[in-house]
Amino acid sequence: MIRLLTFRLNGRERTDAVADNVLLLDHLRESVGLTGTKTGCDGGECGACTVLVDGAPVLSCLTLAATVADRSVETVESLAEEGRLAFIQEGFHRKLGSQCGYCTPGLIMASEALLRRDPDPTEDAIRDALGSNICRCTGYVKIVEAVRWAAEAAAAGRAGATRSAAP
Amino acid sequence: MNVLPEWELLAPSSVDEVRAARAHHPGSRFLGGGTDLVVNLRRGIGDPPATLIDLNRVADLKGIEVAGEWIRIGAGVTIRELAQDPRVRASFPGLAAAAGSIAGPTHRNMGTVGGNLCLDTRCIYYNQSEWWRAANRYCLKYGGDICHVAPKSRICYATFSGDLAPALAVLDDAQIEIAGAQGARTLPLDSLYTGDGERYLALEPDELVVAVRARRPPALRTGYDKVRVRQSIDYPLAGVAAGVVREGDRLADLRLAFTGTNPRPLRLAGTEDLCGGALDDAVMERLSGLVRRQVMAMRTTFTSGHYRRHAAGVLARRLVRRLFDTT
Ligand SMILES: Cc1cc2nc3c(=O)[nH]c(=O)nc-3n(C[C@H](O)[C@H](O)[C@H](O)COP(=O)(O)OP(=O)(O)OC[C@H]3O[C@@H](n4cnc5c(N)ncnc54)[C@H](O)[C@@H]3O)c2cc1C
Ligand code: SF4
Ligand code: FES
Ligand code: FES
Repeated sequence: MIRLLTFRLNGRERTDAVADNVLLLDHLRESVGLTGTKTGCDGGECGACTVLVDGAPVLSCLTLAATVADRSVETVESLAEEGRLAFIQEGFHRKLGSQCGYCTPGLIMASEALLRRDPDPTEDAIRDALGSNICRCTGYVKIVEAVRWAAEAAAAGRAGATRSAAP
Repeated sequence: MNVLPEWELLAPSSVDEVRAARAHHPGSRFLGGGTDLVVNLRRGIGDPPATLIDLNRVADLKGIEVAGEWIRIGAGVTIRELAQDPRVRASFPGLAAAAGSIAGPTHRNMGTVGGNLCLDTRCIYYNQSEWWRAANRYCLKYGGDICHVAPKSRICYATFSGDLAPALAVLDDAQIEIAGAQGARTLPLDSLYTGDGERYLALEPDELVVAVRARRPPALRTGYDKVRVRQSIDYPLAGVAAGVVREGDRLADLRLAFTGTNPRPLRLAGTEDLCGGALDDAVMERLSGLVRRQVMAMRTTFTSGHYRRHAAGVLARRLVRRLFDTT
């Protein structure tokens, strides 16, 4: 069955015709055209497809698009503002938390959800919060450093420093 | 783009609406967080349902109630809510630990208690893509006529791997509240599972799990532990829940339940015979014997059954020792 799906995507309400058997992942990538969210496995194993639904991390590859009616969905495309990277993106860039980059959008969204609820996370809290995300390149140490960098940069930002320009 | 079978998705908002929807759509299935069902649907496991009934907007499936010794958990409560609830952590630490050890954090944010209790049984010959299973000519559990784990067997040994059922099974009076076409009923948690890996649940297809409730006697210390390949995400290779009562230097009560080994959650029989005296090496040795005789662990995972049975015993002894020694 095809229905009209109304939801908020990256802060803006939209209405799309969506079949009941379409995954949120495929809707975002194939219909909306936001390809930042990645497909990394055949379902639930890797976290590359992580997006936020009502602020909490969700695997879009196991979520039917029709179930997000009236909810707010955020993808990695929502983070940069006017060409400036968000702190969490800049952290992954500066600390080399991204190598091939395939896992990065999912890890960034899971990190973003963590930093919103815990702006100053310990290493353990970071490792716990990123447990659903697999990275085959970095060995995770650089990812933990990236999240810590973002937390510190955001704290400094709140204390008066400005956002740095996109590299 | 993934091509999934066609179905209609319904989003009822009350248990009565779920029952009505189920009655009008005989081929339908319930969708909780989808972290088990959607994986299987994507892999072509199970007959494709004509209708999916999304439970995530059903208000009367939400909520955790703690009153005195009792806890009642709605089937729509997420694993994360259960793991983080301060009342659960304080009064039902074994249950909170089991919830906190399920899959990874994003899965816990999606997965529900109902879906965890009704989790499909698992096997390396079953949780595979369509072409992989086709190349092996499928198996007894779905689509084939042979069991690759036990080729002479007429029954399936796929493993029950949910972490909540054992943690509930070591409490008293664990019961499932069910709503079906015929009305409501309650079932002891133990009777929810058949022990057959293929038809693993004793629910009628139209029956909805509404809630689970159980009671912790005040002196019962509870805990949970498991081993898995990757500590942050995988299903258990073996999981154990324990309930221990210590009176002075005496082991007064002992309950153990396992997951990840048998086709059903296993409440270990015979533990009462270990109680009454000190928790010494002889008692631990007899405990190991009970585990060896009852924990089955066929080769349904990449790790051998022998390893899982051994690990189950090690985990059980460590956990019982830790709970007994805690002051
Ligand atoms: C990588 C990975 C690792 C995992 N690791 C673990 C683990 O370590 N431990 C563990 O226990 N689980 C694990 N899981 C499985 C899963 O995430 C959890 O068990 C979760 O709680 C399942 O709940 P759900 O709501 O997502 O179930 P769903 O997928 O929505 O449903 C599962 C089944 O239950 C039925 N169902 C759902 N709700 C009801 C209801 N109220 N009444 C009747 N039937 C119902 C569905 O029809 C379906 O058959 C893992 C999953 C993945 C992908
Ligand atoms: S135990 Fe046998 S029948 Fe059951 S899923 Fe595994 S191979 Fe199939
Ligand atoms: S694509 Fe791998 S978990 Fe979603
Ligand atoms: S950077 Fe390559 S998988 Fe993580």
